[in-house]
Parts: sequence; C-alpha cells; structure tokens
Amino acid sequence: MAPPDPILGVSEAFKADDHEMKLNLGVGAYRTEDLQPYVLNVVKKAENLMLERGDNKEYLPIEGLAAFNKVTAELLFGADNAVIQEQRVATVQGLSGTGSLRLAAALIERYFPGSKVLISSPTWGNHKNIFNDAGVPWSEYRYYDPKTVGLDFDGMIADIKAAPEGTFVLLHGCAHNPTGIDPTPEQWERIADVIQEKSHIPFFDVAYQGFASGSLDKDASSVRLFAARGMELLIAQSYSKNLGLYAERIGAINVVCSTSEVAKGVKSQLKRIARPMYSNPPIHGARIVANVVGNSDLFNEWKEEMELMAGRIMSVRKKLYDSLSAKDNSGKDWSFILKQIGMFSFTGLNKAQTENMTSKWHVYMTKDGRISLAGLSSAKCEYLADAIIDSFHNVS
Amino acid sequence: MHGVNVSQSSSSPADRRLSALVRHLEGHSMDSANHSIAAAPTSGSTGARISVFDHVVRAPEDPILGVILTHLPCSLCVRLSFLNFPVVVTVAYNKDPSPAKLNLGVGAYRTEEGKPLVLNVVRRAEQMLVNDSSRVKEYLPIVGLADFNKLSAKLILGADRLVYLHGTSPAIQENRVTTVQCLSGTGSLRVGAEFLARHYHQHTIYIPLPTWGNHTKVFGLAGLSVKTYRYYDPATRGLNFEGLLEDLRSAPSGAIVLLHACAHNPTGVDPTTHQWEQIRQLMRSKALLPFFDSAYQGFASGNLDADAESVRMFVRDGGECLVAQSFAKNMGLYGERVGALSIVCRTADVAGRVESQLKLVIRPMYSNPPIHGASIVSTILKDRTMFQEWTIELKAMADRIISMRQQLFDALRGRGTPGDWSHIIKQIGMFTFTGLNSEQVAFMRKEYHIYMTSDGRISMAGLSSRTVPHLADAIHAAVTRVA
Repeated sequence: MAPPDPILGVSEAFKADDHEMKLNLGVGAYRTEDLQPYVLNVVKKAENLMLERGDNKEYLPIEGLAAFNKVTAELLFGADNAVIQEQRVATVQGLSGTGSLRLAAALIERYFPGSKVLISSPTWGNHKNIFNDAGVPWSEYRYYDPKTVGLDFDGMIADIKAAPEGTFVLLHGCAHNPTGIDPTPEQWERIADVIQEKSHIPFFDVAYQGFASGSLDKDASSVRLFAARGMELLIAQSYSKNLGLYAERIGAINVVCSTSEVAKGVKSQLKRIARPMYSNPPIHGARIVANVVGNSDLFNEWKEEMELMAGRIMSVRKKLYDSLSAKDNSGKDWSFILKQIGMFSFTGLNKAQTENMTSKWHVYMTKDGRISLAGLSSAKCEYLADAIIDSFHNVS
Repeated sequence: MHGVNVSQSSSSPADRRLSALVRHLEGHSMDSANHSIAAAPTSGSTGARISVFDHVVRAPEDPILGVILTHLPCSLCVRLSFLNFPVVVTVAYNKDPSPAKLNLGVGAYRTEEGKPLVLNVVRRAEQMLVNDSSRVKEYLPIVGLADFNKLSAKLILGADRLVYLHGTSPAIQENRVTTVQCLSGTGSLRVGAEFLARHYHQHTIYIPLPTWGNHTKVFGLAGLSVKTYRYYDPATRGLNFEGLLEDLRSAPSGAIVLLHACAHNPTGVDPTTHQWEQIRQLMRSKALLPFFDSAYQGFASGNLDADAESVRMFVRDGGECLVAQSFAKNMGLYGERVGALSIVCRTADVAGRVESQLKLVIRPMYSNPPIHGASIVSTILKDRTMFQEWTIELKAMADRIISMRQQLFDALRGRGTPGDWSHIIKQIGMFTFTGLNSEQVAFMRKEYHIYMTSDGRISMAGLSSRTVPHLADAIHAAVTRVA
C-alpha cells in the first residue's frame, strides 16, 4: 500500500478532523478571510463569455490553444521582449505546473542524457518525484539556512558552481516553495553570473507570478533578468494560484532558445512527449486564461483581484508576526515571517513540533514546517501564534 | 568530428551532450577555438548563436493530430511513406481549392452539415455548472472526481438490461474495482501502462494489427514492450480470427493483451459475441491480462450496453482486467480530455492497494486531473432525465453514421461497382477500411478531391447524404480504372 501524498494527504486528514478550532495550513490554495475557496470574478466572467459564444469542444493541437500559448509567453516576458519579438520561445500548454515540469523533465532525459537537475534544499515536495519518474538524476543545492531562517546564499552559489558544466538548475521564479525565501535582485544577478560561468541551464518554476508581490512584472523580474542576458532557459508556468484555476490544470512550458529555428525544433519534440502521455491538453482552463489576458478590461480586473489576494496574505503575515512577537517572551526573532513572501512560510518547526501542531492544536501543515498563509484568517492568527509558540518551545 | 575536440578521457555529461550534439550537426562546421560548446550557448557571447538545444531535431508532425507540413506539395505527398497519416491528408485537403472536396480523414464526429457538434445535454450541463455559484475550482483529489469515477465504472461495467444505472456489476458491489479519472483515453492507457510496467510481472503487451497509431508509443514510453497479434484480414476485409487465436495462444502466460471494446480503430471490424467468448476462454486459460480500450461505448451501435458487452463478459467471469474509458466521442467532449481507468481486481483489498499505486503514477505526471469535463459527465450521468437525453443524442450520432454506411453501400451497389462492398455495412464505428489500395486512393484525391489515408480508411463522420453520391462515383471510378 503506497503512503498518502505528503502534501495532498494533509487536506484529507484535515477533512476527517471535527475539532472546532481546526486549521488547514496544508495545501497551497488561496482562501478568503472567511476561509472559503475563491473563484475570481474575472474567471466567472470569462466562463460566461465562453458559454455565450458557444465554443465547440474539438481537440486542441498537441501544443495546446494557440491564443493561450501566445498570451502566456507575453505575460511572462512582456510582449515587447526580444525573445518574443524574435520568436525564440517554444511554448507548449501543459497540465499546470506539474505537467509543464514533467514535459521539460522528459525533454531533458531524452536530449541531455546524463545531465542532472540541481534542486534547492528544500523544494516543493513533488519536484523530486517528477524528475525520478522522468528518469532524470538530481542533486541538491543548499538554500534554506535554519540558523537565520533565511537564504544560505554562499552555500547556494558554491553548490551551483560545483555542479558539472551543463547542469540544469531549478530555480523558483518568486515565492519559493516551501520557504517563502527569495533571493534579492542583487543575489539573482550573482546566481545568473555563476550559471553563465558554468554553462548551466536555468530552469524556472513560476507558479506565483503576480501572486507573490501583487505585481505580474515584478514577480517575473528574475526570469526576465536571465532572458535579458541572452541565456537559454526553461520556464514552467502555472495559473493555479494567480488565476485560481487549480482544478482546471492550466500552465505552460516555455523554452527560450538562441534562435527561432531551434525553438521550432524544441517545440516539436515537446509535442512528441505530450502525445503519448495525454494526446492534447484540456481546453477549458486555456480558454479562460486566453479570454482574461486577451481582454484589457478583464486583464485589468484580474490585476486588481490579484493585488487583493496578495494583499490579504501580506496582511495576515503581519498579523501573525505581531501576535507571535506579542505573545512570545523568549526574545526569538520572528521577523522572518515578514521577510518571506508568497503563500507559504517556513516556520522552522521540526517534524516532532509539526506533529504537535496537529495532534494538540489541530493545525494541519506539512511535516517540513511549512504553513500556507493562504489558509490563515486574521481571526485565527492569535490561535496559530499560541500553537507555534507552544510547539517551538515545549516540544523538541 | 567537424573540428571539435571531444575529450576521450572522461564521459562527463557535458561530453556526452557534446557528442550527441555533434552527431546531429551534419554540415555544421564548428571552429573549436571560437565556438566550443562549453562556452557558447549560455555565455551570452555575441558570436554565432549555438544553442544547447541545437541537437534537438525537428520532429515530424504527429500522424493523427498534428498540423505541420504547411507547404508540402501533393506530388511529394504521394511519394512519401508517411502518406498514410491523416494530418498530411488534412493539410492537403486544406490546400485544395475544389468546391467538391471531401475530407474523410477527420476522426471527430461531424453533423450532416459537416460541423463539429456539442451535444445539447452537454451545453445544458455546462450552463448548470457555470451558473452554480457554489461551485469552486479547488484541486480534485489525485484520483479525480469521486462521483465521476463511480458513475463511469457503472457505465462500463453495469448490469445487463441497464435502465438508468441501477443494477450494478458484482465487481463494483464487492468494491473490487478501482477507478481513477484520467486524461481521456490516452491518459487512461498511459497511467494503466505505467502501473503495469511497475507492478505487473509481465511487461509485454500484445496489440492488434493494425491498431490506433498512438498505442505503440503510449505503451512503449510507459516501459512495456509491444508485440502484435493478427487481427485484420485484407482478403475478407474482416477479422482474421484464426490468426488472432493462434497468436494469443502462443503468447507467454500472463502477457497483457490490448482489446478494443468495440468499433475497432482503424478497421471497424469487431469480433462477434461468440468470438469474444472464445477469446475470453483462451485468455483466461493462459492467464493473459485483458486491457480494454473503450473509446466508443454507445457510439458504435447506438446502445450503451451492447457496446460494453465485451468488457462485461470478462468481468462476469470474476477475473481481473483493465479498462480505459474515453468520453471524447460518445459525449463529444474531445478537447475536455475526460476519461477513466478502471482496474477490476480479485479483492477489495487489492483494489485499494492498486489505487494507492495509481496515485503515485499520476502525481508526478500532472498532480490531479482537470475538473470541467468530468463535472459535465457526472452531471449528465447522475440525472435520470439528462441521462435519457444523452442516450437519445448518442443514438442519433451513431444512427447517422450507420445511415452513411448504408447509403454508401446502396450507392455502390446501385452503380454496379465491382466487388463485394458489404464490409461497409458490416464494419462498425466511425471508420471504414474500404479495401482501396494506395493508387486508388491517390486517384480519388487527384480526380475527385476526396481525401483519405492511403490505407483506404475513411471516416464516415465526414460524410453526409449530400456527399455520398460523389464518394460513390469516386470509388466506382477508382475501382474500374485503377488496378
């Protein structure tokens, strides 16, 4: 019997709990202040438009909806970016972030046999599974420093430098999952330097564009920095969080190549990987994205809704920090909660402490100490602060 | 080696990549001083741009779904071995200016007016879903929408004389079936194959000759080795039943066998009930594991139960099997990618463990399946009225295809076209293997602007009452004028 998924299994356990104070800080899905799931208004509008138009349900091409592929690359790079103008990006619609990562992993396995992927320690729980199943070897670069609850930048640079030339380096574009700790712009420049020196290939996982800071452009700046240097890179995108399209499974794999000819070749090979996996991708989510991003009114409305979501998360971070600082007399510095960005926070709690969070406080989170702030309401910040303080100080 | 020094002393990934790259760079000269692979691709140098992906060859378009080859001249088409590919057909069709042109390569249902069809009941279900303000877009479980899974299993495995899904297969009642939502037929086949490659003792799958063009790659990439069993008999344009039995008889015990549940693609040739029973007995006697591909339930004969009988026959005997279901054709949900993989196991305990392992296949592939199409199916299957409406619309599609078969057959007989054309009405489903040879097919394209794959396969869905005469004329001319 296979064990339950470490991330998705948390929600299942939460559902089974009937304690009144229970809190689900497991899966990274946005919740309103009332802790309800949220379907964006622009999404509802787009779906109604689609229904009115009476679109048919014919197969998409293997590479997905053309209108979607166009807007997704433009969203990532900016429509006037050289890589777009020069048609150097191979974009293929994928099944959200996971599916897009999987297509890229399969491409690496086939065309870069023996090449490794370097992933951060820690990283999203499913990254290793994806590369394992795709047959791509991986190893880790230092990332999280438990002493500072911050970035181990020197370790990161050293490990990237030490990797054999031509390694794929998996980077989180923004809002690192699970830590919430992102490099600064200056650090990104240094990371790019080292990657170029070693002829590594940057591989971005962009699951939170717009959702981290509230600004689509700001959250894409790391990717754009690398593209601006003329580098070739891979980028997996997801619209699960920023458009709330979780269950529609909409994302894309983008490969920035030196020339448009090479991009065509790469695209054709990505299609060869997709076809025996699922033939062609689902239309519904792709149409929603194309309709929202392609319509300036809806696009602007989307940006507003995204700012609200990101804003709620930032305000809940502040409230949690305030509660922790007020209640904890030990002098521990909780400011890492404010410095971290995005949906998640790495609390620094260890496995036993995390178990205490669940068994004593009915707070559900992943065993690595990650909490999803998207699942936290300001009303519950004080309760959570109590739970964290108790687990941190009274459990080892 | 085009002037590049490949180190002999190590086999680092960079070197292997370099070798692979060089092998593909025919005709490219590489000055190692200026363009060593190590430095050029990501260094941002302003020299000639060499890509790390340069060795990635442009793949030909997918034979069935692709849309490439926009400038391929027809004359070149004839000479190329991949002329049997529907995509080439569609491309050539698109370039043809003749108003009489007919595309019989299409693998999706078309109305009498030649248009794609969204079922009324699907539109209604969709309207209900979009209007329901309580609906959210949260991640489905890895195994998909629970309702959908239950209803899909009942649909394919349900009892005889099924009226609105009451009366359930014992396999379901005994909790011996695990059903997981997957990405239509392809996704269900792939997930099932990956599971078998990891957990089943036999890694060979036998597929019929011919079969759907994507089967070999799906199974191959999942880690199974693919062998074939005889199926189509060109002499009779029917089933080579003796060949089929012989080949299954000589398969190793426990081997996996792919079976088209109904409306065999591409031939349209199905075993009779009696033949299915013999196949079942033979397979069970050799412990061969059945893996059904059910893409046309209800779409083939117009009757959901009749089209599921082959599967139910196997499940009734208490044995194990896999079933990949697709709702692409029978609900017209092609692009929504709705399907399900059911694995019928000996015990509920086994089924539970199997399901847990299926999740481990799915999670690193795409995490969890898309909600929209499955919700549409679930809405329709669980509502008595909508279910009835669906069966009526489904029968209408199937009947239109059957009527096209009859009309074509009658038209050929009326013209006195030489040959026995009864296979047109004996074959079932969307496709007909006409028996025309590639010269005749080419002739029909040139003289009559009729497009089909060079193996003589036509999609009946691409025909209408209005165009049948034209097709009959073309076949008549081809058969009488071209050897």
